[in-house]
Amino acid sequence: MNHLDLLTFARGSALNWALIIFTAGVVLRLFEILGLGRKADLAKPRLDSPGSGWRTMFTRSLPPEGMLKRDPVTYIGGYVFHVGLFLGIFFFAPHIEFFRSMTGLGWPALPSALVDASVVAAIVALAALLAHRLNNPVKRMLSGFGDYLAWALTLLPLLTGYMAYHHLFVEYTLMLALHLFSVELLLVCLPFTKLFHTFSVFISRWYNGEIFGRKGVAS
Amino acid sequence: MKKAQQTEVLPGTVGEGLEQHGVTRREFLQFCTAMTAMLALPPAMAGAMAEAISKARRQSVIWLSFQECTGCTEAITRSHSPTLENLIFDLISLDYHHTLQAASGDAAEHAREQAMKDNAGKYLLIVDGSIPMGNPGYSTIAGISNYDMLVETAKGAAAIVSVGTCAAYGGIPMADPNPTGAVAVSDIVKDKPIINVPGCPPIPVVMTGVLVHFLTFGNIPELDALGRPKSFYGETIHDRCYRRPFYDQGKFAQTFDDEAARKGWCLFKLGCKGPVTYNACATTKWNEGTSFPIESGHGCIGCSEPNFWDAGPLYQALSMPVSATPSMLGAAAAAGAAVGVAVTWHNRSKKAAAKAAHEKVTVPELKREAK
Repeated sequence: MNHLDLLTFARGSALNWALIIFTAGVVLRLFEILGLGRKADLAKPRLDSPGSGWRTMFTRSLPPEGMLKRDPVTYIGGYVFHVGLFLGIFFFAPHIEFFRSMTGLGWPALPSALVDASVVAAIVALAALLAHRLNNPVKRMLSGFGDYLAWALTLLPLLTGYMAYHHLFVEYTLMLALHLFSVELLLVCLPFTKLFHTFSVFISRWYNGEIFGRKGVAS
Repeated sequence: MKKAQQTEVLPGTVGEGLEQHGVTRREFLQFCTAMTAMLALPPAMAGAMAEAISKARRQSVIWLSFQECTGCTEAITRSHSPTLENLIFDLISLDYHHTLQAASGDAAEHAREQAMKDNAGKYLLIVDGSIPMGNPGYSTIAGISNYDMLVETAKGAAAIVSVGTCAAYGGIPMADPNPTGAVAVSDIVKDKPIINVPGCPPIPVVMTGVLVHFLTFGNIPELDALGRPKSFYGETIHDRCYRRPFYDQGKFAQTFDDEAARKGWCLFKLGCKGPVTYNACATTKWNEGTSFPIESGHGCIGCSEPNFWDAGPLYQALSMPVSATPSMLGAAAAAGAAVGVAVTWHNRSKKAAAKAAHEKVTVPELKREAK
């Protein structure tokens, strides 16, 4: 199998199966999580705070006060990584073509150099966050296999995408195929690892905001 | 009279032939310098090339055409430097070629057999077209199957040049579902050096350039992993494309005739396969350096790569899936939902069972345990 055949496989059957497992997995997990439900809160709400959950979804995404003093690496690294990853996934012209082909929706792309810079920033942030995780005793103690797996699964597509774009180390066609395989690995694992927070983060923020609102500590 | 007789005699060496045609030393050196540059050789090699070519005997060449469309021959007749006429008259002795030879029938086959006998172990075999392995009757020449003719002719060849993607990798005849069981030359011949010169068709001067390299050095040029000369197939179309800066800026044509296309913006979104296609189109160009497909407004279709015909739709961007569809995702979501409902039902019934099995503990019981 030559490199182009490998790329055709990566764009073909491999991608199909990855997308099927990803989509089915995400829907399955959402049903599973939401289907568990919560016990009804029979207590009278402390304060009437309509929309507390929705507000929290937004406010928890903003930089909290004193974050630079508390834990600069986690906060800054977290922001840089997530923004860089978001731009890399959704604003690189070839990626938009992929989304357009699957959803019919298209939007303007950012210049490739800008996307490239954001991906570099995301990779550097990931490296810094790993170093911090290993050096900080509390974070190290809290970290398990799932955390390191999530880190590696996220780094691979970024790294292979960067190397493909810059023609580094491996011939381009092969690198592009490896990039697709790394994305497919990420897609297959996402619903069943901590990476599922991509979908659950705003649901849990809404729930927290809502329940804290009822308890009188709405954000 | 004597002079006239002399010119009618075919020259023994290339140098003699050039002299007969009134080619001056200066003109010949100019040709060698141009060829040296095209083959990406050091400039000093021009002199060595002139020396080697002028002393060389005209190389016997046998050209076999199997499952092909004659596009490769059509293309090579458009070579401008050197021209095919230059090659035939000055450098090679084209002893067998269906389309170009005057002889036909038995006389043609006799010419091939004679050339094989006279130049055993020395002739250059050029093949265009793939070889059907299904039924030998799919493609025959003078009643001889393509397979038999290739095996027989390859035996005494010094080297083989697979011209065109069909000969090099199977090409369009081998495309799914490959009704004739087509294979490439390299799938059959394993004991001879093979130079692949793919393309549908290959660039004319690339074909002649490879021949000149062989005539000059008597060996095959440096090849890549797919058997292609690195001097012509060392870089992708995309990396040498004049539209590349627009790709980097994120400026793309959306249709073949929009304003962006007319401005020369990148054709990636229209399915250009330039990023994964190794060929010299963007630098050598076609028709005496006039242009190449992308310059004419059409994306690269990747014709110099193996299995290019089956490597995804020609008019879909390289980053688009080959066969995934939104309805496929819909079905996956429905399947996920069905399993999700089953899991939820299972979890809830487990919860209900736990609740039902729950035994209330009374205060006296707790006190008893505490004691």
